[in-house]
Amino acid sequence: MLIEQLINGITLGSIYAIVALGFTLVFGVLGIINMAHGEIFMFGAFIGVIVTTSLQLPLWLGFLAAILITAIMGYMLERFALRPLRSKQGVSHLAPLISTIGVSILLENLSHHLFGAGNHPFRASFAEINFQIGSITIYLVQIVIFVISVILMMGLSFWLGKTKAGKALRATAENLETASLLGVDTKRMITMTVIIASAMGGIAGILVGMAFNSVTPQMGLSMGLKGLAIIILGGMGNVKGAMAGGLILGLAETFIVVYGDSGYRDAIAFLAIIVILLIRPQGLFGQKIST
Amino acid sequence: MKMKKLFQFSVLSSMLILSACSGGGEQAAGEKEGKDGSGGAVKADIGVVSYISGPGAAYGEAITSGLKLAQKEINAKGEVDINLVIEDSAGKQDQALTAAQKLINSENVTAIIGPTLSTEMNVVGPEADLSGVPIMGTSTTADGIPQIGDYVFRNSIPEALAIPASMKKAIEKYDAKKVAILYGNDDVFTKSGFDTMKEAAEDMGLEVLTIEQFQKGQSDYNAQLTKIKGLNPDLILCSALYNEGAVIMDQARKMGIDVPFVGGNGFNSPEVIEIAGDAADGLIVATPWYGEKEDPKVKEFVSNFEKEYGKKPDQFAAQAYDALYIMAEALKNAGEADRDALRDALAEVKDFKGILGNFSFDEEGDVVMDPTVLVIEDGAFKIFE
Repeated sequence: MLIEQLINGITLGSIYAIVALGFTLVFGVLGIINMAHGEIFMFGAFIGVIVTTSLQLPLWLGFLAAILITAIMGYMLERFALRPLRSKQGVSHLAPLISTIGVSILLENLSHHLFGAGNHPFRASFAEINFQIGSITIYLVQIVIFVISVILMMGLSFWLGKTKAGKALRATAENLETASLLGVDTKRMITMTVIIASAMGGIAGILVGMAFNSVTPQMGLSMGLKGLAIIILGGMGNVKGAMAGGLILGLAETFIVVYGDSGYRDAIAFLAIIVILLIRPQGLFGQKIST
Repeated sequence: MKMKKLFQFSVLSSMLILSACSGGGEQAAGEKEGKDGSGGAVKADIGVVSYISGPGAAYGEAITSGLKLAQKEINAKGEVDINLVIEDSAGKQDQALTAAQKLINSENVTAIIGPTLSTEMNVVGPEADLSGVPIMGTSTTADGIPQIGDYVFRNSIPEALAIPASMKKAIEKYDAKKVAILYGNDDVFTKSGFDTMKEAAEDMGLEVLTIEQFQKGQSDYNAQLTKIKGLNPDLILCSALYNEGAVIMDQARKMGIDVPFVGGNGFNSPEVIEIAGDAADGLIVATPWYGEKEDPKVKEFVSNFEKEYGKKPDQFAAQAYDALYIMAEALKNAGEADRDALRDALAEVKDFKGILGNFSFDEEGDVVMDPTVLVIEDGAFKIFE
């Protein structure tokens, strides 16, 4: 039973981590908390449901469609909600936050309108594949989620640290004007960041749909808030911190149910975050703003 | 927007004070409205407060669909002419109260149907009672709702009646001794369902292995379910709304938990089968509404509803449908669109033959009716015996 709970915790934690990676990428480069990230995540889940359940198409197409559409949404978000604010003088530094909150409300209501209020089941045969080891049931989806989250984290670290585009991105994060003077196309870098972050949200969405078989227009909000808590815990803008923070929160939530009272699940998880932040205010892996 | 709301609110509250001072004037207005409907038909505006947007918007959709269908049929008969004034509560207490105050202060509104959640009724009920507006909940099943006041009614079977009925049948059939309880702890409705379950379990001498909780909108229940699985219960008592409940069943079955579930009223919806598929088999609920009943009235309602909205009516649509018929019946008996007369007429409703069954109000305005116990088998609700 303990092993099963461990698997539950790691699955949940990996999903949190993927959501948080998208958050942390946008924060690291733009210094913006993207409140619409949770809703983009939710749209990814819905696209997965539509492609695999309603249209009966194979799962890889679902992933492709979810990535494509959330990437387009990321582009629109940057083009219409963030860029106009960046080019203007005298805009409050809170304006992009408010603007993304606006987008999140818009998207939640839009999905409500498009997909309806209820819970949508995710019927992919892939989600049914499982192994029995003794009395323990492990689903392939759970392993896939963990693997994808690790790959995304490592890929992102590599991309940011070792490639030219990653360097350009870090330069942009360091100082927008200097980077653009040095010949970095900052506009393109920023757009790309938001698009990649959104596509990662889309991937997380479809994974949640498969793992928990539950997709609703409201799922974005709570996931978004947890993602936010995780990047604070892991260190704002830090990729490894997002991964570690996600796993810590996922495991904490699960083991509170095992050893404590499930009614305090959210409360104690967040309490743990407060305690960690009291000891390490910059977060687990946080230094100054870096990626 | 905010300014506008603020303005509305201040206008409303000042109107509230005014109307409180001049109850007599309001009655006169109501009477005039009643007599305007010449040609015999009693003309009345019925206010509706419903959960139309937000996480539980599916309830509001079902309820307003049921009401509109009933309105169309009632008005076609020509004895009563009902106009529905629909307001959204978004499932929030404050918004429900604002919406209800707006209706209460509108002189034309004779009575209110709604709000959707017991949580909302707990704030709206006292307000309506104080203002002398009859209010009837069609989906409020928590304890103590009609006891709020003389003007507060409901036609939804309370959990306190429904849950023990279904538990008793399930225990007899499966010879259950050990149970696990799982419930949503942030909703008055599921919380009150849990209280009833716990009390009934104690009364029936069952051993409660564990009590687990979850929150609204949660999507991962694996931790709680794994814990329950390890304890090997004979039966799982689950007080949840269908959206969460269906996902819980799905995750439980995937994990290998195959014992039956006993659910509360919020769990009782065809949507459970829609969402959970085969995993929904083995859910036992007591219901006031059974769409497959061999009753011409029920059959007619189901076919009309399907024609109008393209889907099968659920319990919430059916309860709302009956509620408006009960309203219409009382209005007819009252003979005028007067709030006090309507209240008295409502209190007298007895042996009303609706689609839910043989319906009466007791002296407190609560339901007197026998629930049917159903079980999901092979993807369909069947009578449980």
